[in-house]
Amino acid sequence: MDFDFTEEQTLLRNMVQSFVQDNYDFDSRMKIVRSQTGMSRENWSQFAELGLLAAPFDESLGGLGGGAVDTMIITEEFGKGLVTEPFLPTVVLCGGLLERHGSDAQKDMHLPPLIGGEKIWALAYSEPKSRFNPANVQTTAKQDGDGFVLSGLKSVVNGGPWADYLIVSARTSGEGWQQDGISLFIVDKSADGVASQDYETIDGGRAADISFENVKLSAESLLGTLDAGLPLLEEALDYGIAAICGEAIGGMHKAHQATVEYCKTRNQFGVAIGSFQALQHRMVDMFMEYEQSVSLTYMVNMHVGGDAASRRRAASGAKVQIGKAGRYIGQSAVHLHGGMGMSEELNVGHYFKRLTAIDAQLGSIDYHLKRFGSSEAA
Amino acid sequence: MNFDFSPEENAFREEVRQFISDNYPKHLTESRRAEFTKEDFLSWHRVLAEKGWVAPHWPEEFGGPGWSVTQRYIFDDECAKANTLIVLPFGITMLGPVLMHYANDAQKAHYLPRILSGEDWWCQGYSEPGSGSDLASLKTKAERDGDDYVVNGHKIWTTLAQHADWMFCLVRTSQEDKPQKGISFLLIDMNSPGIEVRPIITIDGSHEVNEVFLTDVRVPAENLVGEEGNGWGIAKFLLGNERTGIAGVARSKNAVKRLKEISCAELVDGEPLIEDMDFKKKISELEIDLLALEYTELRTLAAESAGRGPGAESSILKIKGTEIQQKLTELIMEAVGTYSLPKIPMLDTGANYNLVGPDYSHGVSQNYFNMRKTAIYGGTNEVQRNIIAKFVLGL
Repeated sequence: MDFDFTEEQTLLRNMVQSFVQDNYDFDSRMKIVRSQTGMSRENWSQFAELGLLAAPFDESLGGLGGGAVDTMIITEEFGKGLVTEPFLPTVVLCGGLLERHGSDAQKDMHLPPLIGGEKIWALAYSEPKSRFNPANVQTTAKQDGDGFVLSGLKSVVNGGPWADYLIVSARTSGEGWQQDGISLFIVDKSADGVASQDYETIDGGRAADISFENVKLSAESLLGTLDAGLPLLEEALDYGIAAICGEAIGGMHKAHQATVEYCKTRNQFGVAIGSFQALQHRMVDMFMEYEQSVSLTYMVNMHVGGDAASRRRAASGAKVQIGKAGRYIGQSAVHLHGGMGMSEELNVGHYFKRLTAIDAQLGSIDYHLKRFGSSEAA
Repeated sequence: MNFDFSPEENAFREEVRQFISDNYPKHLTESRRAEFTKEDFLSWHRVLAEKGWVAPHWPEEFGGPGWSVTQRYIFDDECAKANTLIVLPFGITMLGPVLMHYANDAQKAHYLPRILSGEDWWCQGYSEPGSGSDLASLKTKAERDGDDYVVNGHKIWTTLAQHADWMFCLVRTSQEDKPQKGISFLLIDMNSPGIEVRPIITIDGSHEVNEVFLTDVRVPAENLVGEEGNGWGIAKFLLGNERTGIAGVARSKNAVKRLKEISCAELVDGEPLIEDMDFKKKISELEIDLLALEYTELRTLAAESAGRGPGAESSILKIKGTEIQQKLTELIMEAVGTYSLPKIPMLDTGANYNLVGPDYSHGVSQNYFNMRKTAIYGGTNEVQRNIIAKFVLGL
């Protein structure tokens, strides 16, 4: 049992920190968010150069062998800077799926350009009526000769507008929310029949509703085993949770810190408002929620590689905690800043919005509370 | 960063489990703390003392086992799983570290071995009728008279003082401009003439706490710990140590297990209560809180063993730990339903009573009543928040 970071990990953190400091101050970030594309290709190339896109992958695949903990360090620092570039969908969700379950040919073809920053990926798994359940899939992939024909609609695909490739979940058999019969496919977003409706999200990110109309897929586009894609998808989403928890604690830290500093300097009734006990206790409660979130973020990153039952429990437990804490800290940060908290020109509102968005990504508090309760190890 | 146990640590867990199974006094299982006698507490204490395991966090030079943070975690975990009696904190957790840190060599040599062996039963003389959260306002006076102090005053909420041989006591040795000054830390023999212990019966019907009246009690000056007038620093040091043990994670994990067992046995229209989505959600929320607290405590312990802390952050352990303990007793009472109503008389009243309802229902409401104390003692949870606001957030 060990809660310390290695020297390499500390160096990694310092590197990401100075990147965020130099390139991602509030004004630079707002320029990116308000631009037409909503991301910076220049930053993305820099991530590749710095090795961030290679960090979690095994060394045999051209990665740096860092695993979940290195990913968490990166996302935590990104969370502090409100970085919008698609690290989570490209590296964690899709890159992780390719690494763990791709064929050798798929890995050879796709991982080098992903790690090199040339190709961006997105995970298209949610549908208008699936809510948070990845097993609830109506998109179909029908056998067609050696290959498949893909039809359906995927909703709110995070990073979708920027993606070159998608990993899409589709029913190859069964129906409704049956566990069996779901398969995963690698889809070139420029293929015939793929249409993407792009939009901005509440946190300044970008997402897309992507429709597939009789999109022809080769046999080689199947990722993993036919009809048995759900466990792979669930595992990928749990890795995603481990990473997004890192981002969340980064954001919580900044929102809390900004609030404490503000309350020390804002004077009312002739004294700093931070001297009022009602406000002090609220800031202490924010701090405790933050610390408890750090604890479960470490916990899930230490357990995400374990057996499915403990991984599920760890991921859902952590997601509930950061969902609740994110809401509490975000709301309190805005409230304690008073009118200033309502202003678009102050960073605190943007942390609030990002923390709000995180709860609706990869499953909400209620969804994961149920999943946690039903994931009891037998 | 990893959460793996080494083969040595797994072997250690096995050793602890086996030791408890072989040596835990059989008559001490499955009962409520309020019903245990002095001899009950001491019998388990002595077994652990003989093995050298009674003070897991003491350094080896003072008779501790020299365990790592992980070993201490495993030991607590196994004791909780086996539902053993706790080792009372007054001597081992509270006073021991104070003596190691502040006492002179003669005091260390005399008192520490007797704490380990269980020969001396200690109680804590801090609170007074007019000094609860505002501890520094305490009035119990100690006046120097030759080689003695003469102590006059009134302590309250003194836990298990009815069994105590000794009391570590905060007294006022001089009147200064600032109330924190002029407080001293004195060790008082409970058999001294002029001491009277009167029971306070709490809302659960138990006799756990007392009032202690001190009238012209003569205490040898050599029983002063540290310098005269520096008692406030010692008091704060002690409370800091108290908070680290106060999270009670392993015990709460065991209580969650009990809550689930009860929820499996209780039926709602023929279905187990645990299948009721509303109730299940309450259990899950509590479990997640506890899981977070477990890792917060492990992080604190790890930092401590690396020579950092415990800082004021340990107040989080007190606040969260007690909130969880309270919530657990509340949910267990809720889970039991109607059979939470019968009152269980205390054993020491000598009353005969017939137990009704399932075994797991006995005393659950009284336990719930009793645990309200946790947010009040050791510095109320509001005082803990003040501590974090001041010392961590710099407000």
